[in-house]
Amino acid sequence: MNPRELMRMYTRELNDLVAGRAAPLNLMEVCGTHTVNACRSGVHSLMPENVRLISGPGCPVCVTAQRYIDALVALGRRGDVTILTYGDMIRVAGAGGSLEIVRGEGADVRVVTSTLEGLEIARREPNRQCVFAAVGFETTAPATAAAVLQAASEGLRNFSILPAHKLVLPAMRTLLNDPEVKIDGFVCPGHVSVIIGSEAYRPIVSEYHKPCVVTGFEALQIMQGVLHLSRQIVRGETRLENLYPEAVSAHGNAHAVALIDRVFVPGTSAWRALGEMPESGLDVRDEFAAFDAFRKFDIRLGEDHEPRGCICGKVITGRAVPVECRLFGTVCTPVYAVGPCMVSSEGTCQAWFKYRRHESHRVEREAKEGVR
Amino acid sequence: MSVTSPASLLRKRVMLAHGGGGQLTDDLISELVAPRLSNPYLDALDDAARIPMHGGEMLFTTDSYVVHPLQFPGGDIGRLAISGTVNDLAVCGAIPQFISLGLIIEEGLELRVLEAILDSIAATACEAGVRVVTGDTKVVGKGQGDGLYINTAGVGAMRPGVRLGLARIKAGDVLIVSGPIAEHGLAIMLKREQDDIVRSELSSDVAPLGGLIESVLRVGGENVVYMRDPTRGGFAGVASDLASRTGLRLTIDENMIPIRPATRYAAEILGLDPLSVANEGKVMLVVRPDAMNDVLRSLREHPLGMDAAAVGRFERHDDGLCEIVTDVGGRRIIQKPYGEELPRIC
Repeated sequence: MNPRELMRMYTRELNDLVAGRAAPLNLMEVCGTHTVNACRSGVHSLMPENVRLISGPGCPVCVTAQRYIDALVALGRRGDVTILTYGDMIRVAGAGGSLEIVRGEGADVRVVTSTLEGLEIARREPNRQCVFAAVGFETTAPATAAAVLQAASEGLRNFSILPAHKLVLPAMRTLLNDPEVKIDGFVCPGHVSVIIGSEAYRPIVSEYHKPCVVTGFEALQIMQGVLHLSRQIVRGETRLENLYPEAVSAHGNAHAVALIDRVFVPGTSAWRALGEMPESGLDVRDEFAAFDAFRKFDIRLGEDHEPRGCICGKVITGRAVPVECRLFGTVCTPVYAVGPCMVSSEGTCQAWFKYRRHESHRVEREAKEGVR
Repeated sequence: MSVTSPASLLRKRVMLAHGGGGQLTDDLISELVAPRLSNPYLDALDDAARIPMHGGEMLFTTDSYVVHPLQFPGGDIGRLAISGTVNDLAVCGAIPQFISLGLIIEEGLELRVLEAILDSIAATACEAGVRVVTGDTKVVGKGQGDGLYINTAGVGAMRPGVRLGLARIKAGDVLIVSGPIAEHGLAIMLKREQDDIVRSELSSDVAPLGGLIESVLRVGGENVVYMRDPTRGGFAGVASDLASRTGLRLTIDENMIPIRPATRYAAEILGLDPLSVANEGKVMLVVRPDAMNDVLRSLREHPLGMDAAAVGRFERHDDGLCEIVTDVGGRRIIQKPYGEELPRIC
C-alpha cells in the first residue's frame, strides 16, 4: 500500500468513528517536530472538522520565559562573557533586545550545534568565561548534563551553563488543571519519550483520565496517533498506547536519565504563558554549583514583559491559533519575528506561516460559529 | 513597559536574507530600487527587459555571481555566470547572443584557479552558442572580496512566433518542470558545510538551457505560454509567484515533482526544504493542456530534460494560492520563501 492509500484508510476510519458527533475532539501534540511535520504534510486538511489537533507547549525556544531571555541578553552585554547557544535562541527578543542584537553591538555570541562544540570553545579560549544557554526538554538535558560532567572532570573553570531545561509532564498537568483549556487526549512527544519512556505519561491517564498515545514523526504516524486517540475517546476508554516501540521503550533511556539525575535536581521553573511551576525544570545540584551561571555570576531573574500584541502565550497553551494574532504575517514574520513561536523553526506560528497561512478564513468562520 | 521589537532594530540594515530571492528581495527592489529608477522597461521586473531596436525587439539582462566556493561539484562560478545570463534570456523567449563579463578579483587569488574558471567560461559560452564580446577587470585588496565575483550582462533577439506572458496563463494550463529539482543549492551547501563528513553523488545542475528551450518552442510554439528558471527561491518561489500573479489557484502534486534520492537525503541532513532550493539548469513551463504531451516528449528527447514531468495545473479558484497535495495526500500551501537561509549559492 502506498502512503496515500494508507492515509486514506486511516482517514476513512477516523471519519466513520466521529461521524455525527457534535462535540469536537480536541487532541494536543506536545512536540515541535510533530507540529511542523503535521503542518508540512497537510495532516490537518485530512481530518474531519470535528477532530482537531492543537499544538501545545512543545517547542523548547517558545516555552522559555521572557525573563530568562532577559538574563541571557544582559549576560551577553557584560562584554567579558561568551554566550554559547543553539541557533533558534539568538533571535528571540527579551525586554532589552535579542542575542542577535547584542551581537551586533559587539557581544560575543556563538551559535553551537552541540554542547561538545561549546566545551571545545571553552578549552580553546581559557581566558574567556563561556556560558551555555541550556534550554530544551528532556531531549537536550542529557547532553547538557554530560557537558557539565566533562567540564568538571577536566577542571574546565571557564565553562558554565545557564539552565532553563523544562520537563514535559508538569506542563501537561498544568494545562489539564486549567478549566479554560479543553483537551481530550495527548499525542505524546517522540524525542522526549525516547528519554523518559512511555510509562512517564501513566499519571495523565490514571489521574486525569486522558488517553495518551506515543507516536513517531512521519505524517502517517501522526495520523495513526490521532486515530488511536479518537478511537479510545469514542469508545470511552482511557489508555496509554505506544505506537512507536521501535524508538520508545516503556522506561526510556536509563543512561540518559541517570545523566540528568547526576547533575540536576527537579526545581521550580518559569515558563512562558504557563508561569512558574514547581518541579517543572532542572536545577543544577549544589555539587556542580561552580558550573551554574546563575550562581557563578549572581544572576536573578526579573519580570516577564511580553511584546505588545503578541499572543505566543495563548498559542503555546492551545488557547489560540496563530492566524488569530493581529501581528501574524504582517508585523510578525519569520525574518522580523516578534514572538518566539515565529522565531523558532519548531514554533507553531512559523509552521502556520509557512504552510497554513491561508486558513485564516476558516478560523474566522469557526470563531463566528462558536466552534472555538 | 514596552518592549523594543527586534523587527524595528533589524529594519535599519540590509540583511543576508534580503539577497535570498524571496519576499525580502522583492521588498528591497519594490521599495528602494524601483521607485527611484522607474520606467516602462524596468517596471515589468521580468528576468530580462524588452527593448525595441531596429524595428524588432531585443532582450537585455544582467546578473551578478558571488557563489562560494568558486568551484563545486558539477561546475564553477564561470559556468554559472554564463548559464545564468543565457537562461534568463532564453526563458523570456530570446535567442541568447552576446555576453559581457565583469570580473572583480580579490588580491591573492591563484592564477591557476582564475585560468580554470576562464576556461570554463569559454567552454560554456561555446556550448550555449554565445560570445563574450566585452568585459572589465578590477582587483580589490585582500579581505575586500572573496576570491572572485562576476557580473555578466547579455542580449539576444526575440524569437519569432513566440508569445510568452503571465497574462496568457489561464485555468486548465499545465505546469511542467524540466527535471529533478534542488540540485544546485544542495550541492553547494553540502560542499560548503559537510564536505569532510558526507560523501554525496550530488552535483550542481548548472547548464545553459538555450538549446533545450529552442527545441521545446519549436514543438510547442504559442502553446507554451510562460517560462521561468527556478533559481533562488527554487520551485516554490516560481510556483507561488505564478499563482499569486495570475490570481488563479495552482495545484501541485508532490508525487509528480522529480527529485533524486540523493537530493532528498541531502536536504534532510541540512534541514532544508528541497522545494525552496535553487536550480541553475531547470526551466518551469506553463503550457496549454493539449500541447502537454508534445512538450514533454520534446523535453525528454533532450539530454537536459530527460526527467521532465507535468507537476501541476491552474484552476479556476480565483484566490491566487499555490496548493500542494503532499505525499500522503494532505493539502497545504506553498509560499514564496520568505528570506532565504542560504547566502551566496549563485
